[in-house]
Amino acid sequence: MTTEAISQAPNVSATPSPPNRVWLYRTLLVAAVLIGWQAASGTLLDPFWISSPTAVARTLLLWTADGQLEYHLFVTFKETFAGFVIGAVAGVLFALAIGTSDIAHRTVDPFVTAVYGVPKVALAPLFIMWFGIGLAPKIVLAAISVFFLVFFSTLRGVREVDRKMVDALRTMGANKLAVQRMVIFPAALPWLFTGLKLGLPYGFVGAVAAEMMASSAGIGYLTQNAAGQLDTAGVFAALFALMLVTTLLNEALGRLESFMFRWR
Amino acid sequence: MRPAHLSVVSAESPEAAKWPTVELRGVSKTFVSRSTSVDVLSGVSFSLQSGEFLAVVGPSGSGKSTVLNLLAGLDHPSAGEVMCQGRRIEAVNTEIGYLTQHDSLLPWRTVEENIGVPLEIRAVDRAERKSRIRDIIAQVGLEGFARHYPNQLSGGMRKRAMLARTLIYDPPILLMDEPFGPLDAQLKLVLQADLLKLWSARRKTVVFVTHDIVEAITLADRVLVFSTRPSRIKLDEPIAIPRPREVHEVRFHPAFEEHYRRLWAALDPPSRRPS
Repeated sequence: MTTEAISQAPNVSATPSPPNRVWLYRTLLVAAVLIGWQAASGTLLDPFWISSPTAVARTLLLWTADGQLEYHLFVTFKETFAGFVIGAVAGVLFALAIGTSDIAHRTVDPFVTAVYGVPKVALAPLFIMWFGIGLAPKIVLAAISVFFLVFFSTLRGVREVDRKMVDALRTMGANKLAVQRMVIFPAALPWLFTGLKLGLPYGFVGAVAAEMMASSAGIGYLTQNAAGQLDTAGVFAALFALMLVTTLLNEALGRLESFMFRWR
Repeated sequence: MRPAHLSVVSAESPEAAKWPTVELRGVSKTFVSRSTSVDVLSGVSFSLQSGEFLAVVGPSGSGKSTVLNLLAGLDHPSAGEVMCQGRRIEAVNTEIGYLTQHDSLLPWRTVEENIGVPLEIRAVDRAERKSRIRDIIAQVGLEGFARHYPNQLSGGMRKRAMLARTLIYDPPILLMDEPFGPLDAQLKLVLQADLLKLWSARRKTVVFVTHDIVEAITLADRVLVFSTRPSRIKLDEPIAIPRPREVHEVRFHPAFEEHYRRLWAALDPPSRRPS
């Protein structure tokens, strides 16, 4: 989903094929998968294991009607959003601070890369120990997941800034701060956006993973709870709702991106 | 005799007369990388008076751009001194406007926003910024393109925008590094004519690097020829063609041929570039 969102954005203006037809093919693809699933359920495979689209839809309708879905989605969204903002802001600031100094960059780089290699989900138990079972550990886990992606992406952008532009501004009398503001930040912005788009789903992954371990609300809880009751349709329904939300948010980020980079 | 005397005095303040605007004293530059070191300049000395137009020609890799970087304070000499208005250049030199060979417009800013950058740096207020941008855009002939982004402009227009961005803060010294290099011959003539017009109106001190001998003779008061690496000054040729000059007629002036011959002979034969 993320790779599609990222490779898709630059193509919007470049591909000459009519978008209507692509949408038609997409609809057909979805229909084919759903029909295949529905047909297989109860004939090839036991619906106990794979449920069926109609059962999932029924669960979704039920949860929507009693407000459960809205409640849990909102909890997860809140955690992810807070984590996303914290992680992204920290990632950008850290990248700007580190990236413009060669010494700082080379000093910190191996450590950041080492920490990046640790699966973030493995930190969830630790955060639950530290921060309890409320919103806090989910926010922290989401923030850390987002932080690394935004940090690495922005850092790359900062490192690849055209020296010629920096030198040009320096001869015009710009100080370090002006160079940061007028050249480095805008030049790194497309990279930053790539980081944001990659980071968003991982923010959800972080929040949901922490919810699955210890919580009483959120999509992760809903999934875990449904699985605990051997309710396959419930698991699929919760994941489907999450997928829908991340897709919509990614689309919104893509729109914002093409608006901001209209100079390209 | 009297008016001539007057014009000489009025052109230069006593302060400026005391020191050359730009001076290199025995400058050498060696670039050292991990495995090699390259001597680019060796013992280069010259000085420029205020308002003088100097062209520098030489084989490629002969350190012409290095001289500009030293004058801009973006790089520092390995030996010798680089002076600007009597002071040694220690940090980035903000007395100069540097028009590089490479496109350094900010692609995310429109033409007018790009041209306004030096004024933003100097915290000039919005209203004054706007009127100065409008004036300079008219001077360089970019009317109607103020709201365009650089990638919507042709190569010549981008050069004009860069020139406008350099002129808008009125630096007393202009450094130009093959600014018209990649442009076609016709456009080059047009831009040269525009440059001469702007220069005669504002009388800046100019150091103009080029590999085109005709361009050097057309524009400059004096032409320096650099040798191959490590570069020294092989020839310091004053150009005896009176101003104002018409860019497309300079080459028919009787003195042109002699200048051309001497400059061409001074360039090292093996490194000659077809131009």
